[in-house]
Amino acid sequence: MKRSVIVALLAGFALLAGVPWLRLPAFYESILYLVLHWVLLATSWNILSGYSGYFSFGHGAFFGAGIYTTAVLAGKFDWPFLATLPVSAAVATALGVALGAVVFRARSVRGELFALLTLAVTFVLATIVLNTPIDGGPGIYLSAVPVPHLAPTQPGTFYLLALVGATGALLIAYVVQQSRLGVGLFAIHDDEDAAEVMGVPTFRYKLAALAISCALAGLAGGVHALFISYVTTGEVFSINVPLTVILMSVLGGTRHWAGPAVGATVITALLYAFTKGDLALAGKATTGAVLIASILFMPQGILPRLLSRRPALAPGTAPAVVPSADAAAPSPASPSPTAAHGTTLLRASAVGKSFFGVQALAGVDIEIRRGEILGLIGPNGSGKSTFINVVSGHFPATTGQIQFEGREIARLAAHRIAHAGIARTYQIPRPFAHLSVRDNVAAAAMFGGAALSSPKARQEADHWLAFAGLADKADALPVALNLHQRKFLELARALASRPRLVLLDEVLCGLNPSEIDDAVALIRRIRDAGTTVVFVEHVMRAVMALSDRLVVLNHGQLLAVGPAADVMQRPDVVAAYLGTAHAAEGH
Amino acid sequence: MTLPSATLLAQSALSGLFVGALYGLIGLGLGLSWGLLRTINLAHFAFTFAAAYLCYQLVASTGIDPLLTLLAIAPLFFALGVGLHWLVQRFDVSPLNSLLLTFGVTAIIEAAIQAIWSADFRRLESHYAQAKFKLGALFVPVPELITLVVALTLSFGLWALLKHTDLGKALRAAAQDAPIAAAFGVDQRALSLLLAGTCAALAAVAGVCLSLSFTLAPSQIYAWVGVVFAAVMMGGLGSALGPLAAGIVIGVSEALTMAVTAPSWAPIVSFTLLIALLLLRPVRT
Repeated sequence: MKRSVIVALLAGFALLAGVPWLRLPAFYESILYLVLHWVLLATSWNILSGYSGYFSFGHGAFFGAGIYTTAVLAGKFDWPFLATLPVSAAVATALGVALGAVVFRARSVRGELFALLTLAVTFVLATIVLNTPIDGGPGIYLSAVPVPHLAPTQPGTFYLLALVGATGALLIAYVVQQSRLGVGLFAIHDDEDAAEVMGVPTFRYKLAALAISCALAGLAGGVHALFISYVTTGEVFSINVPLTVILMSVLGGTRHWAGPAVGATVITALLYAFTKGDLALAGKATTGAVLIASILFMPQGILPRLLSRRPALAPGTAPAVVPSADAAAPSPASPSPTAAHGTTLLRASAVGKSFFGVQALAGVDIEIRRGEILGLIGPNGSGKSTFINVVSGHFPATTGQIQFEGREIARLAAHRIAHAGIARTYQIPRPFAHLSVRDNVAAAAMFGGAALSSPKARQEADHWLAFAGLADKADALPVALNLHQRKFLELARALASRPRLVLLDEVLCGLNPSEIDDAVALIRRIRDAGTTVVFVEHVMRAVMALSDRLVVLNHGQLLAVGPAADVMQRPDVVAAYLGTAHAAEGH
Repeated sequence: MTLPSATLLAQSALSGLFVGALYGLIGLGLGLSWGLLRTINLAHFAFTFAAAYLCYQLVASTGIDPLLTLLAIAPLFFALGVGLHWLVQRFDVSPLNSLLLTFGVTAIIEAAIQAIWSADFRRLESHYAQAKFKLGALFVPVPELITLVVALTLSFGLWALLKHTDLGKALRAAAQDAPIAAAFGVDQRALSLLLAGTCAALAAVAGVCLSLSFTLAPSQIYAWVGVVFAAVMMGGLGSALGPLAAGIVIGVSEALTMAVTAPSWAPIVSFTLLIALLLLRPVRT
């Protein structure tokens, strides 16, 4: 986190706070108020939607909750205006948290469905407000509510309030983006399931971002209620509020904390540059044209385009890169890996998993011993990947228990399993597409069992990138990697959390023979450093070379367990793999 | 709260059916574009209103039958839709950015409408406007009936086209995986331009139907966004029959709510229904 940014923001605030004493015409003070008002609203929207990718069309609901809280308290119950503002923020937050607590649990409500749901909530809220004594139909007049004298003029007072709100929002947006919360939200943006399995507490983070977003929107609404001095449900809960803030944020750039502020300033200035007479229409059309042009030519937003490079997760230059993969000795994953060698690390008892009646795992018992390399094999559809998905918490187990280091983990959320010390790779690599290769690995170091701070996580990331031979790709985006490199990125990401157990799901699949040799050597080095390895694999050469023991699954059941050479001699294993005819020939 | 008579309820349900058909008709092109082209076309609503205004103008100045104006309006909007989608393709606009791009288009069209026809309400005058007949105890207004028939015909026609013809299969394949479809010889670019044009032409048809029974004002463009989006999402993206079915469910539930409570309660049923559907949908992992 750069202190200079915070100082600059506060200095800007101090400078702009003097504007009401310049005695500008009220017209200009009102326009400046509107600019700051939209900066506050757009920035608040972006903290949830821009960072995490959950595009909310419901910002009108939270904004409206703030407006109506102030309108009712000040207009109907004669509360002093300033005293209503914290309540407005609190009511909007309560609404958002209640909504989020339900919606964020539903795995299916993502993307456009989340957008639609939040829009629907806006309309439901509007209908309730309209038909109950909150409004009742005619709207609420606030013209009798006294405006506090914070500045020489009334518009000046509103300007100051909006300035406080906007500065606060920008500070919060900056701090969030630079914090763990921000990194977690960006990971959720790219691949929520992978983020959860890597250790990001996705539900809590989304809820936190929504709460911050709502509090700021409620505050903006509270101030705006008195500014417009007459509130109606039709105006307050219209689709214009969410559309405008989305527009501003995307125009400015949603991946940068200051992007929405830039977009808000441009759009508000454009709209009000044309306020006189017939030019209002020209203003509207020009805004449309600017929007079209910026989407076509600057799809990432104005600010990232101006900065002409992706905003980094955290400041600072990369630490010196460890020279080569072979030289990089991995740091021990646990203090004394050999001490407890051979004892039980994980015990799965009668673990079952069914999908809509299809049984992928029919109650298997598998023991994983500390320090071993355990090969998990079986024909396609035998339940190997399901086992990994269940152990890592990607899917909850339908039945059975899983004990990891004596602790029951079968019912834990995936991010808690990651914290406990289990990491995994995906058969089809799932990197976070908008994070650099280094930040991908650093995120794992921050959120996994290692739980490192941001600068330490980046050092750790460089260490593991060197280990996986990806040091020269650290600043690239994952899209620039080939399949082989992406698989190794998955590995580096899994190892960066310093797991005590790593689950590898077909890391070798799709690699050519020399790449397989590299990978086999790499997996050996992982184990030598003290991490227990379970790997699912079809490449038998690698399975035989690596495995201390083999577990064979067939039709979701345990078929055989034992030393690799013994297991592969068993007729039932051969039959499962090659069919019964071949099994008979073999004997 | 006393329950209104059966006749009133039936009449309400009927008017809900008609307005629901219009929701479905506007939603038809919107949902196909969203589901099959991955373009969330807000300008669809602006197209609908621009077509409605053009129809109004043509009828007012030449006195021809409103439905005949489609001969000129539909091709015009087909071309507009193709043009807009060409831009989307040329610049490889993402679905969310398409929403913003088309919001810009909407703003321009709205400004143009207001510049030409002013912000006042306009009402199409034609021999259909007041025409209605009695079916049992119920009044059936002719313009709304036309809308219903048009919506049913187009929805079922497009459904059959998508499901049973090679063209439809190619479109659906391209929507699911464009590169693979291209590898199998589907000319994805041409097809999507054709579909985008068709969607815009559907907006024009919806606009003509809208002008038959509703007053027009530029600000009304946004009044339809929420409920039509709800119909499209409930009906399923890329589905031809879904928006109509969902539109009718929404329309009827709104009308019945209005009949038993106050008109201002209308949105709550449909939107609560939508929220419940979204939350309770089975999860496919």
